[in-house]
Amino acid sequence: MSESKEETELVTMNIDGQDYELPAGMNLVDAMASVKKEVPHYCYHPKLSVSGNCRMCLVEMGMPMKDRDTGEAILDDAGKQKIGWMPRPGIACNSKVAPGLHVRTNTDLVKDCRESVMEFLLVNHPLDCPICDQAGECRLQEFATDYGRGYSRFIEDKNVKPKRTQLGPRVMLDDERCILCSRCIRFCDEIVDDPVLGFTERGSYSTLTCYPGKQLENNYSLNTVDLCPVGALTSTDFRFKMRVWFLKPVRSICTESSVGVNTEVWSREGKIYRVTPRRNDAVNDTWMSDSGRELYRQVEAETRLKRFGTDGRKACIAEAIERAVELIKVGPVAYVASGHMSVEEQYLLRKVIEIEPGSVHMLRHEKEGDGLLISNDRTPNTRGALVTQLTQTLPDTDFSQLATKLDAGEIQTIVVFGEDLLANGIKAEQLKKINIVYFGTHANATSELARALLPTLTVFEKNGSFINQQFRLQTFLQCIPGPAGLLPDVVLIAKLRAALQGEKAIDPGVNEIWREMSEDLPIFAGLSFANIGETGKLLDSQAFVDLPFCEGKTLHYEPQAQALAGAVKS
Amino acid sequence: MVKPEKRIILKYADEPNYTQDIDCYLKHGGYEMLKKAFKMKPEEVCAEVMDSGVRGRGGAGFPAGMKWKFLDRKSGKPIYLICNADESEPGTFKDRQIIHKDPHQLLEGMLITAYATQTKLAFIYIRGEMQEGARILERAIEEAREKNLLGDNILGSDYSCDMLVHRGAGAYICGEETGLIESLEGKRAYPRIKPPYFPAVLGLYQCPTIVNNVETLCHVKHIVEYGGKEYAKIGTPGNTGTRIWSVSGLVNKPGYYEYACGEITLGELIYDVCGGLLPGRSLKAVIPGGSSSKILRADERFTGTLKNGETFDWGITDIPMDFDSLAACGSMSGSGAVIVMDDSVDMVEALANINAFYAHESCGQCTPCREGSLWMKKVTQRMTHGGAREEDADLLHSISTQISGRTICAHGEACAWPTESFINKFKDEFVAKASQPARRSEEALRLI
Repeated sequence: MSESKEETELVTMNIDGQDYELPAGMNLVDAMASVKKEVPHYCYHPKLSVSGNCRMCLVEMGMPMKDRDTGEAILDDAGKQKIGWMPRPGIACNSKVAPGLHVRTNTDLVKDCRESVMEFLLVNHPLDCPICDQAGECRLQEFATDYGRGYSRFIEDKNVKPKRTQLGPRVMLDDERCILCSRCIRFCDEIVDDPVLGFTERGSYSTLTCYPGKQLENNYSLNTVDLCPVGALTSTDFRFKMRVWFLKPVRSICTESSVGVNTEVWSREGKIYRVTPRRNDAVNDTWMSDSGRELYRQVEAETRLKRFGTDGRKACIAEAIERAVELIKVGPVAYVASGHMSVEEQYLLRKVIEIEPGSVHMLRHEKEGDGLLISNDRTPNTRGALVTQLTQTLPDTDFSQLATKLDAGEIQTIVVFGEDLLANGIKAEQLKKINIVYFGTHANATSELARALLPTLTVFEKNGSFINQQFRLQTFLQCIPGPAGLLPDVVLIAKLRAALQGEKAIDPGVNEIWREMSEDLPIFAGLSFANIGETGKLLDSQAFVDLPFCEGKTLHYEPQAQALAGAVKS
Repeated sequence: MVKPEKRIILKYADEPNYTQDIDCYLKHGGYEMLKKAFKMKPEEVCAEVMDSGVRGRGGAGFPAGMKWKFLDRKSGKPIYLICNADESEPGTFKDRQIIHKDPHQLLEGMLITAYATQTKLAFIYIRGEMQEGARILERAIEEAREKNLLGDNILGSDYSCDMLVHRGAGAYICGEETGLIESLEGKRAYPRIKPPYFPAVLGLYQCPTIVNNVETLCHVKHIVEYGGKEYAKIGTPGNTGTRIWSVSGLVNKPGYYEYACGEITLGELIYDVCGGLLPGRSLKAVIPGGSSSKILRADERFTGTLKNGETFDWGITDIPMDFDSLAACGSMSGSGAVIVMDDSVDMVEALANINAFYAHESCGQCTPCREGSLWMKKVTQRMTHGGAREEDADLLHSISTQISGRTICAHGEACAWPTESFINKFKDEFVAKASQPARRSEEALRLI
């Protein structure tokens, strides 16, 4: 996958009397937004087909006039080329940047168009903002304030439509609020290929609904809630839970699979209320799966590990680290790493292994993806283990190698990061005489056996980075504080590393680790945690092209293209 | 003295013993023009139609030859022909006469058009309510097929064409050509955005498509008969051929009358041809081209300059019935549906009726028409039920100006123009409504 954007020719066009250099063929709404000229719109969405039904983006357009016969420019009195303005306003969303195009957004006509559309949209709107979940992020509210008249001339009875239609398990519809923009319909048709939504009735009585016998139950249904510019579609999970203006969005990465969907996590006072997709045109566009949105529930799961422990007793951090060091030094040691660990954690673990060498085992979490935003590899950071040189091979399909070593008595201590050995083919009797040092967020059969138990943080509670299937390095930030008394995983591993060397640890943040990594690993040269950026950095995947990764085709990822891109770079 | 009609399209339609079947049609020289066209090259037929200057009879009055010229012939995709028989404009009843009385004329016109545009498959999209018409057309197609006038190798030539009748479900918007195409594809009849979906380039199934009105397609037969240049001599320059005027409303002899364009004036049509108004009544207003065209007030003077540079100063009865003259008077000839109103008509009631129709028929796709049409209907309904306010006239006018020119299809204009013109010309009646007692009770017939 190539980082460089398609070469598009820049052309000069004029917006409100000022010339701008913009890429030819770019959608006018997007192009104007890129130069801070907002064109209000409801139905247009950059990732969906143009429908042109809301009429909010009407602007005046014109082209420089030319003589039809001679092709010469027609000049005005001042010697400038005359602009042939179209007699009617046109929709910006159905227009593209073209050389010489003139657009006016500040005329009385455009102002009147916007006021008119706002008035029309509100005549049959219930105006129930005080009880509407969309309030605070509602386009009707925003544009009514920015472009509306501010008063109503409508004294008739409003239309009555269904208020609570359960479209599917996760989506609720209020038809009275719907402005019939058809974004949700187009999303289901064009992106998910699950055409279950449509309009019935006609004119102002048009009603959004599911086809008879169908439900909006695909794994991307909640995107319709994000797409809905008004409060018509709401999430049954988030509905009535929290006012959006109280929530703090923090950027994160979805851990559902190696796609690495960019997300925003919305929290208040340490509690997460919802997860929404964040636009990244090279990874997930503006979408994410419903199943990915539910992963925040792991934060408050009952099985969450919250206390350090040694040999089945509660302990303080220092005791747990000390016990872990003892056990590792008993040796011989094996390490069970994971694709759920961040790049920083994998790197530090490699440093630990350099001090106390042992075999490294990783388990492949392979499950068929959906071809869209869930890949076959259900861990977010398999590539990280390769790039940090924690391992040279792809994860194994099972723990049989580890089992063989256990049976042969070659291992005395296993340091496990998050994996449940017992649920993945290792038998309890094989672990009977083995010391287990367990790092992880949630309790399982293996953590029960741990002689040194070190609870760690979920992706929502720490900073770090993952490398997705495209070898795109992407960072996630801490959204909420972790459970009281717990420390970031990197701090724990750093403490372990220092203790094994007999040194006193300096608890590192991700910035310090990146300083070390960028010097240590050539692939990270010049990178720091801060300069990876919001949409990530594509790494050179050339060294890994030959590895048989398990991912198939997903949105913006094709296995063959990936291999070719790597080959070209070499 | 009533000017005699110039019947080309309806030449035989009302003759005694003239029947719908193909034998009768053949006896009257039927399908001879198809044979004549087959002796010409397709481009030559197109050129004749271009020369004839015939304008679309469906409403917009766009030159048919020009429409054919826009056809994308280089795409390599099949070309489709659609006959728009979704005649739904209130007041219009000309296409139905043709279909019921002379279906083979339409088929012949279509076949010539199909040959000229090299279409292999033609559709007749007929309005859902016209069941009888659909049945007649299907039988006519069957008859033509039996006589090898349709199907493979028509009349032994190497040209093949088939024809299908598709019944709509009775939506006015299916008369809009892109809405019709969507409907024909089996979808909701939402008109498409133009650009890029011009039917001549991206029409039915994204292939180049010609959509013509029933009457227009019938004229093609006669253009071949007369020759384009000769045909163009009928009517006036720029307004060639004959038109069928469907006259309804408060006249003694409502009906359909075929005259050459510009041959008669509106006054002659009402007072001579249609036998004048009912006894004791006086003319109040005329809607000249179907309910969506702008109303003309009886005591208005119409002045201005025509396309040819001549100035005019007409009373309503002086207006020549053709495309350009009616357009110059600020209205349009539309589908040729003349609705006559006398002094007994309450303009608020009349507009309430029209608004109810357009609110009912708005497809609901784009905001101004969807919300505006129903709003206007609600206002006029309230006014006719005793709730009128003095400011309602200005409100209605303001709503209508917020719709026209800002929608995806021409339904925006269709629903806005009646209100706009009624208020412009009869504002006093709308203002006065506020101080009048209600003529209808709330329980009385509700519109829609």
